[in-house]
Amino acid sequence: MSPQMIDRLSAAFLDTLLMVSASAGVAVLAGIPLAVVLVTSGPGGVFPAPRLNRVLGALVNGFRAVPFIVLLVALIPFTRLVTGTTIGVWAAVVPLSISATPFFARIAEVSLREVDPGLIEAAQSIGASRWHIVRHVLLPEALPGIIGGFTITVVSMIGASAMAGAVGAGGLGDVAIRYGYQRFDTTVMVAVIVILVALVSVVQVTGDRAVRRLRAR
Amino acid sequence: MTGAAIIGWPRAGGQAAPALPAERTRRVAGSVQFQGLGKTYISSAGEVQALQGIDLEIEPGEIFGIIGRSGAGKSSLLRSINRLERPSEGRVLVDGEDIAGLGEAGLIRLRRRIGMIFQHFNLLAAKTVRENVALPLRIAGVPQPEAEARVAEVLRLVGLEGKEDSYPSRLSGGQKQRVGIARALVSRPEILLCDEATSALDPETTLSILRLLRDINRRLGLTIVLITHEMSVIREVCNRVLVLERGRVAEMGPVWQVFAQPQHAATQALLAPLTRALPEDVAARLRQVPEPGDLQVIELPMTGEAAPPLAALAQGLRLVQAQVEPIQGHAVGRLVVLAPQGLDPRSLSSTARRLGHVAAND
Repeated sequence: MSPQMIDRLSAAFLDTLLMVSASAGVAVLAGIPLAVVLVTSGPGGVFPAPRLNRVLGALVNGFRAVPFIVLLVALIPFTRLVTGTTIGVWAAVVPLSISATPFFARIAEVSLREVDPGLIEAAQSIGASRWHIVRHVLLPEALPGIIGGFTITVVSMIGASAMAGAVGAGGLGDVAIRYGYQRFDTTVMVAVIVILVALVSVVQVTGDRAVRRLRAR
Repeated sequence: MTGAAIIGWPRAGGQAAPALPAERTRRVAGSVQFQGLGKTYISSAGEVQALQGIDLEIEPGEIFGIIGRSGAGKSSLLRSINRLERPSEGRVLVDGEDIAGLGEAGLIRLRRRIGMIFQHFNLLAAKTVRENVALPLRIAGVPQPEAEARVAEVLRLVGLEGKEDSYPSRLSGGQKQRVGIARALVSRPEILLCDEATSALDPETTLSILRLLRDINRRLGLTIVLITHEMSVIREVCNRVLVLERGRVAEMGPVWQVFAQPQHAATQALLAPLTRALPEDVAARLRQVPEPGDLQVIELPMTGEAAPPLAALAQGLRLVQAQVEPIQGHAVGRLVVLAPQGLDPRSLSSTARRLGHVAAND
């Protein structure tokens, strides 16, 4: 492999890292509150609001139903509005975040829903307000599940980021298609695959370890 | 009730008459009244009447037991005291105040005066013992140094020193319930609600938790309301007992009286596991029509009031079974004796009853 190719690969690797971590950040910041609202506004939740619950549920389902590559294109006007451009890493962060947030929210929602209702009742009995219940009971008790779900989200985002090349965002997927596929450079293809496998493994192992440590308490 | 509502804990004498020593002051905090309480659920099977026409008062400082079979409405009744459940009709008065009208802030203040412990402990797995116990103070905004002192104090009270930094998953069932009790007491409540608090524990641990509850009741003077499906729990700690049957009051009274003379079939059924049957050899040979030379089998109920003088038993009687226990200082149970024919059971005790006859030559 030429030194230029090595430079190109490492730049692509950094692009992928940037795209995934920026969108993962948005997914956490938006997804956890969304999950909390989905759980607490639902029937039997601490802030019952059936209409809000139904609207949010439908919205989440809608975004989750659209394949990422379609979303990427469909969101182009919105992306331009937010970032001022439709190409490059930041242009990919917008659709990547919008696709990852509902995905992560659904996974976090499941973990929050699994918190024993007895714990919520105990918190009510000690005079906890609804906000206290979210802050001291729901979130900390669901944390291992939420972190496990976050790991899954990040791994699937690494996969989705490969498609970001379609909007000229660069990243490892883009290099693999342009050099590995279109120019028949097998070495590049293999290198990209090895890097992606390593990246996914690191994310998965780190996530699993965090979950195990929390559950071992 | 006087105006001397005493807030805080340990309870001071408040505005009691100066002539009375503080400990003799009648406390007014910790009373619960139910007035015409009813609860109807809408379930898939239609309307279910969980509670109906409950009218009673729980006195400050007593240990009040509520017993009944599952589905009798115990849990609904208990949960109506801190409004974890809203009654469909009637009123609940805590310290004379109707709690139905409380808004969210008022409800939070009420719940800080009422501790609660649960069958499955309901401890937060992500928090240590110390953090679990401190939580009520933390959310109430009690300053850190005071909160720490109070957490240490209640942990000492329940005997959990040295476990402060353990997570609940590392504790035994009895220790978990002690954490639950500490969490319930740390806000210095007037009332402690116990929802089947010992049902998930083994008999030995059950006994130690019940002793702890009794000890807390004596030392802190708080009212304890507990629900259980085991009469042995009632016998161990309660002053008064309410037997619920299908959402209605079956009977209520001092524990020794209910044990000695259960009036309602539901109570008798609940007591059955504690009542020993006749010894098998006697039961097998029991007959209702005496044959010559038979002995009478006489039951002498001990109802706490008219215990037969033991001297009477010495006259040619043979004791075949004795089950007598002191409940609240009253001897309650029964004796079964064999007596020669011709002896009038009534001469032994006014409540004596002939069960039958058995052959004498054994």
